Amino acid sequence: MTKVRVLVGTKKGAFILTADGQRKSWAVSGPHFAGWEIYHLKGSAADPNRIYASQTSGWFGQIIQRSSDGGKTWEPPGSSPAELKDEATGMPKGESNKFVYDTSASGRPLTTHQWYDGTQHPWEFKRVWHLEPSPTDPDVAYAGVEDAALFRTGDGGKSWHELAGLRGHESGPRWQPGAGGMCLHTVVLDRTNPQRIFVAISAAGAFRSDDAGKTWRPINRGLKSQFIPDQTAEVGHCVHRIAMHPSRPNVLFMQKHWDVMRSDDAGENWYEISDNLPTDFGFPIDVHAHEPDTIYVVPIKSDSEHYPPEGKLRVYRSRTGGNDWEPLTKGLPQRDCYVNVLRDAMCVDSLDPCGVYFGTTGGQVYGSADGGDSWAPIVRDLPSVLSVEVQALR
Amino acid sequence: MIRVVLPQHLKTLARVDGEVTLAVDGPVTQRSILDALETRYPMLRGTVRDHATQRRRPLVRFFACEEDVTHDSPDEPLPPAIATGAEPFLIIGAIAGG
Repeated sequence: MTKVRVLVGTKKGAFILTADGQRKSWAVSGPHFAGWEIYHLKGSAADPNRIYASQTSGWFGQIIQRSSDGGKTWEPPGSSPAELKDEATGMPKGESNKFVYDTSASGRPLTTHQWYDGTQHPWEFKRVWHLEPSPTDPDVAYAGVEDAALFRTGDGGKSWHELAGLRGHESGPRWQPGAGGMCLHTVVLDRTNPQRIFVAISAAGAFRSDDAGKTWRPINRGLKSQFIPDQTAEVGHCVHRIAMHPSRPNVLFMQKHWDVMRSDDAGENWYEISDNLPTDFGFPIDVHAHEPDTIYVVPIKSDSEHYPPEGKLRVYRSRTGGNDWEPLTKGLPQRDCYVNVLRDAMCVDSLDPCGVYFGTTGGQVYGSADGGDSWAPIVRDLPSVLSVEVQALR
Repeated sequence: MIRVVLPQHLKTLARVDGEVTLAVDGPVTQRSILDALETRYPMLRGTVRDHATQRRRPLVRFFACEEDVTHDSPDEPLPPAIATGAEPFLIIGAIAGG
């Protein structure tokens, strides 16, 4: 029997919501990791019972958690105490949860980036924003972190190694943080080409690798950002999210700080598709599972007022790949609603009809089992939602 | 045996209730206690001391015998009552945030 599992990261723990394929009646488990910020959880397409979670705290730093039974039980994927004992020094040598910036791959020091005031500032690891498991190997996953860098594990999260060619791009010292910090928040893998990886960084922009993460180049041509001196600069754009349909990997959709954008050539060139949206500011963007030209955004009033226009929570859908947008309101609050929907807090399932889900900073998780035509709250009173992912289990 | 009291979140992470007891070889210092703690509970690596620098995380503090020893040298011997286990070594999460 088909089941659906929704993985919700919040500011005070993780929650797992489950339902059958009808997606009408839901069970809620959690909080897992109560009291910790769970920036992101994501399951492996290669082994749906393998789930990775980013557990983080301002006090105690970064923890990576892993489940091998679909979220029933969790473990930090470190070595056992016996394995950790280094015979030579007597010191532990485990690397679980260890995210240390690397300079060896680029061959030159990667010491600073641009700070808010324009001065140079040392790179400092803070947390993992996004975990992207490989579509083919459950032991391989990528971690997008703050300060912006990309790490990879090949042993199920036990150890992580930076793909330092990204920070090693000559533009690295010019990258600067957005309001939420300098985070690498989006990792998109091309299932048809294992060598190709897309990432997005606030506020540096989008980057692409065509050699499995060894070297990178900015892909920001066509973006225009009013908050930087050169509005069409190579880097400095506050990209909020990039989405791709797996069947059409050269077509990318982007929600930028302002503007909804599209590329038809794997990011070489971008053009605006905002058109009749009430505002083109927002955070998440996603693509329908079976209709590559059907996309979803949640417009937010402005960069200084992070809530829906007119207090109406509306998802906007375009069935034409952009520009022609329709509001989806059935079942969503249409008055006095002042929540936000963060960049990792929207997802789609692969059932037919396609399910769409999003979580809010007010703690609601909404689901639609009909491609967005109608919505219902799955749960209303969670802590502020940071991320939502879904798995369809057959 | 050395007695160590962890903050609640680290107890949960290490899956322990109450105090932790540790055997420490040689001088009993902040560093030797934390080395022993991380060896026995590897999931705590990086949570008290930064992985890269091995320095105390900014919002973590250490108390011993009703004294704040946070800013003492990590290699300074701790009071005899800690070394004998008469008093616990306290690892505290600073009161901050929401």
